[in-house]
Amino acid sequence: MPDLTGSVALVTGAAQGIGHGIACALADAGAVVIATDIRDQSDLSDSIVTRSHDVTDGERWREVVSEIESQHGRLDILVNNAGVSGYDSLHELELAEWQRIIDINQTGVLLGMQAALRPMLRQGSGSIVNISSICGAASVSGVAAYHASKHAVLTMTKNAAVSYARQGIRANAVLPGWIRTPLTLGQTDDLNEAFLGATPMGHGGEPADIAAAVCFLASSEARFITGVDLPVDGGYLAR
Amino acid sequence: MTRLTDKVAIVTGAAMGIGWATAQLFAENGATVIAADVVKPPLSESDHPIDYRELDVTDQHAWKAVVDGVLNEHGRLDVLVNNAGVIDYADITTVTPEDWSRVVGVDQTGVFLGMRTALAPMRAQHAGSIINLSSAWGVVGSEGVAAYQASKGAVRGLTRNGAITYAADGVRVNTVVPGWIATPLTERQPADKNAEVIGLTPLGFGADPRDIAFGCLYLASDEARYVTGSELVIDGGLLAQ
Repeated sequence: MPDLTGSVALVTGAAQGIGHGIACALADAGAVVIATDIRDQSDLSDSIVTRSHDVTDGERWREVVSEIESQHGRLDILVNNAGVSGYDSLHELELAEWQRIIDINQTGVLLGMQAALRPMLRQGSGSIVNISSICGAASVSGVAAYHASKHAVLTMTKNAAVSYARQGIRANAVLPGWIRTPLTLGQTDDLNEAFLGATPMGHGGEPADIAAAVCFLASSEARFITGVDLPVDGGYLAR
Repeated sequence: MTRLTDKVAIVTGAAMGIGWATAQLFAENGATVIAADVVKPPLSESDHPIDYRELDVTDQHAWKAVVDGVLNEHGRLDVLVNNAGVIDYADITTVTPEDWSRVVGVDQTGVFLGMRTALAPMRAQHAGSIINLSSAWGVVGSEGVAAYQASKGAVRGLTRNGAITYAADGVRVNTVVPGWIATPLTERQPADKNAEVIGLTPLGFGADPRDIAFGCLYLASDEARYVTGSELVIDGGLLAQ
């Protein structure tokens, strides 16, 4: 793993699954980690600071980031991981459900980048990693709102990358394929088999696989990388 | 740093630039590194031992000799970095057939021959990571550089083909897509060409070979065990625009 000693990192959606794996890996790599979620995070190590946080709440974003600034004087890494799935197809998707998914997966990323950019612009440095999905690049049946929101995350990432490159801020996206998490394990067997059947490696990944990509992109090893999409998907998008 | 402990790696075009930086970084990380090139790298500059093998990547017999030699000595081959490359700046109407064949031979057929030769032991081991170097000019158009653009684009397709075809055999294949990097190749380019590309780069600077080497390190390591068929763009934001 790259060395992140001295970096201060904020990770959302860290109670379980990919976010949990990212928070642990960042801490293992030496970063000071602030992990947030709306759910209980008591199983995270004591070395990780946890905060209750609804990513759709812009005021709460400002509070969380302000606290980090006053505590640590800086924010080097933001990982926008919090997300929800939604399986409805277009013709059956209720507006309220559409809005709920877009608010969390898309507007949550906007609010996070806005809040983190304040310290990052002041510092003249920072690395933002947004978690999209293979559904952010591939066309899949159903999951209409999820599909739209994860595509939006990619273009928002590139927009931030190009807008703030000259200020020393990098923004990149990771596109996980099928990863073994409570979210995917709660999906129907049919859906899981469809994704795994379309995965050339023939098996799913682990949260640690996404976490390794995030640590690389967050680190100075990736200082010339911005505005990119990095699939970690067992080959799903290559076919 | 020991992110490649026990791994045996071949890096082509390893005498200078990106290849030499990658060979050195791999050796720092505990890999057994075979630097392959038509000329010898400055081996004494490395703090860690690196082996040299003469290799013209367009010569399939030379490939077999190098890979057989590595297998005889080390018993396995875990990583192949197909980095060797040459460039020609002529456009489609003026590129000579000789220059076209030379560039495609090294940049495209060389990658094919390397993959083909390395795949045999990697499939037998049920493990391996192949990293092919493309270029931002394998993704977007630039005036001239016709043969280079063609071959660097082909590398991206060949990578995906390899990734899909051999995923079930435990072999990963990925592309690295560099933007402007300070290497002997770019130093020989016209100054206005270099200034144009760096000027278009959002981060506003050209990178060092080591920036590409770090991407290769990630893809070579088990940290990227679920990454195949991906393109890792390392370009300062050039292609995001």
